[in-house]
Amino acid sequence: MQAYLAKRVVLFVPTLILVTAFVFLILRVVPGDPAVMLLQGADADEEYTLEELNAMRAKLGTDRPMYIQYGDWIWKMLRMDFGRSYFYDNPVSEQVVKRFPITLELTVLATLLASVVAVPLGVVSAIRQDTLGDYAARLITIAGIALPNFWVAIMLIFLLVMWFNWLPPLGYANLWEKPAINLQQLIFPAIALGFSNMAFIARVTRSAMLEVFREDYIRTARSKGLGEGAVIYRHALKNALLPVVTVSGYEFGRLIGGTVIIEVIFSVPGVGRLLIDSIFHRDFPMIQAIVMIIAVMVLVLNMLLDMFYAWLNPRIRYT
Amino acid sequence: MSQERLVSEETIAGQAIPGLRPKRTTWQHLGNFFRGKPLGAFGAIVATLLVVFAVFAPIIAPADPMLTRSDFVRMSPSADAWFGGDSLGRDVYTRVVYGARISLYVGILSSFFGVGIGLVLGVVSVHFAGLTDLFLQRIVDAMMSFPALILAIAIMAALGSSVNNVVIALSIIYIPSTVRILRSQALAIKEMDYILAAQAVGAGNWRIMFRHMVPNLTAVLIVIFTFHLGGAIIAEASLSFLGVGSPPDVPTWGGMLREGANQIRIQPFMWLFPGAAIAIVVFAWNLLGDSLRDVLDPRLRGSGNP
Repeated sequence: MQAYLAKRVVLFVPTLILVTAFVFLILRVVPGDPAVMLLQGADADEEYTLEELNAMRAKLGTDRPMYIQYGDWIWKMLRMDFGRSYFYDNPVSEQVVKRFPITLELTVLATLLASVVAVPLGVVSAIRQDTLGDYAARLITIAGIALPNFWVAIMLIFLLVMWFNWLPPLGYANLWEKPAINLQQLIFPAIALGFSNMAFIARVTRSAMLEVFREDYIRTARSKGLGEGAVIYRHALKNALLPVVTVSGYEFGRLIGGTVIIEVIFSVPGVGRLLIDSIFHRDFPMIQAIVMIIAVMVLVLNMLLDMFYAWLNPRIRYT
Repeated sequence: MSQERLVSEETIAGQAIPGLRPKRTTWQHLGNFFRGKPLGAFGAIVATLLVVFAVFAPIIAPADPMLTRSDFVRMSPSADAWFGGDSLGRDVYTRVVYGARISLYVGILSSFFGVGIGLVLGVVSVHFAGLTDLFLQRIVDAMMSFPALILAIAIMAALGSSVNNVVIALSIIYIPSTVRILRSQALAIKEMDYILAAQAVGAGNWRIMFRHMVPNLTAVLIVIFTFHLGGAIIAEASLSFLGVGSPPDVPTWGGMLREGANQIRIQPFMWLFPGAAIAIVVFAWNLLGDSLRDVLDPRLRGSGNP
């Protein structure tokens, strides 16, 4: 176990360095000088002098060699300093800290909803394999995996408008101050976001249950006279859920990618919305910071899941 | 008649010659696929229709997709404009048909480049092993830490919106997963005797990689390509929907959905047409991909490919 952990952590470091290099490089191949863009303003028609240009370059730090800029950027990030936003003209971290909890609440709510529906659906689908109910469940899960989440989101809005002529209240109400309004605002985005996740979890649950049903200990449980309910919940589900939990963990990356779209459709002021707005504002420090934070979160989460899985399943450690 | 007549093709096909499988034509293969996998066949038909719509768009929809007509503004579906008109007075039917072009163009090119580059990296990684493998796999790890859509958005932010930049962004996001899948398959092939035999007769690196390994990866390649193509159609629509993909005047399904979603209170049905186009194509593509995977490479089942 220690050897595996050590190997996993040692591999983590170069990967993290490469991730930072990617983020840095992607936004440095931008055609055009950020200093020029800032001086020209939003309409790209304002005039400036050479002195102003040089001063702006010095202020942004883009007059220095690339590797120094990179090193400086890393050093500052280690101290939680993500630079100043070009658009809001305040520290990037201020905006990110404000927006991140909203996105997290949305993803957690989506995961909760998805699991609550998916696990029973998968279990029933497995118990009643090849019946009408199983086919219905599989049809739903295929739809969930195939249909893009923006499609599901617009359909949801469409139905709300058509049937109830109602849309979730605009703006954003804090969870702790106005929980009722907050829930009204986030429940539909969470459903739209969680739908594909639900389908995925249901599929994994179904195949895990089918696999467990073939195990000897299930036959033993049945032959010693346990009721079907006890066999399913105490013996089958308990063993089948382990892979389900870990595999769903790896889906977090896709979920956070999906929030970008969902937040734009439902006007949720989360970090995904901030990312898209920043692209239209050409606010590169903001884009860099958001992409960086998301990538590091996914990287760390995946490493923890790998370790968790190795701890649960000793076979992994020796491969 | 002559002796040869006796061993005509009918005789060979009629008798089961031991050790020889009956020879099947492409049509017979296709027939078997349609009988054995009706859902996959449905997917194949829709995929073919998509190609037909894309290629013959100017014939199927003779109007100009950019043309704005004042009498079409926010029009409901009618005989003149089958799917109605959008807020600028453009014909929705024409734009949906032309949207197939962009979807297919982006889908084919980005999966071609993504799978192509991924194939080279995967095979090189396996063949040279050691430090090369370690280094390439760390790059793949790093690329995989970005959620695909976030990486595509970041690349689009740097490149600016245009159809070809969408192709570049999507090609890049499909490289790492392709490398991963192909690497695991190529590792198994590397242990085969024919690779050893090739090495024994003195085949060079290039020859072993591209004449011996790659042809044996064909089945996997087709499956990956199909899945990526379906994924790329969704990803293109997502980027256009967010407004960071193709420029707004280009007729894309994602862009039309964006407009439809913004106008949902004024013109609630406008989004349904591009929405239906996406849903049908994506659904069909998934069914086709699943069936192709089952037929060509059952080992890939459950590899978590969407």
